Amino acid sequence: MYLPDFDYYAPETLKEACSLLARLNGGASVLAGGTDLLSHMKNELISPKALVSLRRIKGLDTIAYVAEKGLVIGARATHNDLAGSQVLRERYPALPETARVMANNQIRNRGTIGGNIVSAVPSADLPPILIALGASVVIEGPNGTRTVLLEQFFVGPRRSIIAADEVLAGIVIPDQATTGSAYCKFGLRRSGALAVVGVAASVVADGASVTQARIVLGAVAPTPLRARQAETLLAGNAVTESLLEEAGRSAANECRPISDIRGSEEYRRDMVRVFTKRALRKALNIPIQHTGEGT
Amino acid sequence: MDDTQGGAGHGKQYAIQLVVNGDLHSVFVKANTLLVNVLRNQLNLTGTKKGCELGDCGSCTVLLDGKPVNSCMVLAVEADGHEITTVEGIAQNDQLDALQQAFIDHAAIQCGFCTPGMIISARALLSHTPHPTEKEAREAIAGNLCRCTGYVHIVDAILAAAETEKKEV
Repeated sequence: MYLPDFDYYAPETLKEACSLLARLNGGASVLAGGTDLLSHMKNELISPKALVSLRRIKGLDTIAYVAEKGLVIGARATHNDLAGSQVLRERYPALPETARVMANNQIRNRGTIGGNIVSAVPSADLPPILIALGASVVIEGPNGTRTVLLEQFFVGPRRSIIAADEVLAGIVIPDQATTGSAYCKFGLRRSGALAVVGVAASVVADGASVTQARIVLGAVAPTPLRARQAETLLAGNAVTESLLEEAGRSAANECRPISDIRGSEEYRRDMVRVFTKRALRKALNIPIQHTGEGT
Repeated sequence: MDDTQGGAGHGKQYAIQLVVNGDLHSVFVKANTLLVNVLRNQLNLTGTKKGCELGDCGSCTVLLDGKPVNSCMVLAVEADGHEITTVEGIAQNDQLDALQQAFIDHAAIQCGFCTPGMIISARALLSHTPHPTEKEAREAIAGNLCRCTGYVHIVDAILAAAETEKKEV
């Protein structure tokens, strides 16, 4: 499989990248790891006239805690960079755990967090947990930088608010009171599988008493989806098995899944119920009880 | 002048440098030339195989700065200045690597098409995890598909190679 011809640019600064993209006027794609972009180009799903590579831009792959700002992740950090990051493991272990269940080792060495976001694929694994952690994206454009909540970034499958002359530069996770978070993925294989359902949860809790919860569903709507009614059910309550079940049912009710080769709408809804409970239990550090029935 | 800052013009050639199996190679490539095609067609290193060419099967796995990647999903220009190890670079002179010998000893090869990629992924594993568990060995080759379904022997071979290397140290 060969790639069609294209012009190639490897600018050294984000500013330069944005002015190139502006000049190419929508005919260019941004190249980071290429694991999604190049496969799409090979399949002729898109045929950009030019690629603007981020590889020479310094500092785009760093993961660091910046005081008064939060945890900052460069857009070109790979999934394996996330998986191996000490600072992430200390502050938000759910993120490296999520990165570790993505794709396979070869893809994790190339695929980037920025690409996983910008491609805006509904089944992408990183957006749900990042939204659950209240992350924002830093977008560089010809007229400067803007910061947008990741929750407001997605418009639909493969569509986002990023403009043709903008580059996603990084992700910021703000300091927060979160006591636990988790992403529970249901794929049809243990490796190299897209999520049939993915549920992220973050909680502010004292033992089993929940002050605040965020539940974000992946692969069951055109964009990652907050299960706000389920969140409301949990806020201010002590968690019991029946409350978890109620939250799971609510999330199943709130999602809008499609039927496709990986699962029917009905099946996905039931898996949302199950995986919402699992994600909440994990975030709350409650051991899974094997009752034998869809727990 | 550095040639890979890019620029307009379909068919434009870029001079790039790759350190492949320890040897420096200067080659001319187009923007759309894939790393796997440079290795196979320009450097005649045909040990690296092309299977799905979409990053699913792992036949084209090489080490890029020590990390396994699918060379069918990397533009050659993006690898400029980097170090690449192909299966040809695994043996030391005429001495097979412990992994290669273990694959032979355990009959971990049927048709052989996935073998170079398997060896590369396993080599990367043993480099950072000299004593892997079976689970770690299986995870390391999760991106390498064997359609002869010989995974059991492959995993046996990887674990045996780790044992051999432990004795040698």
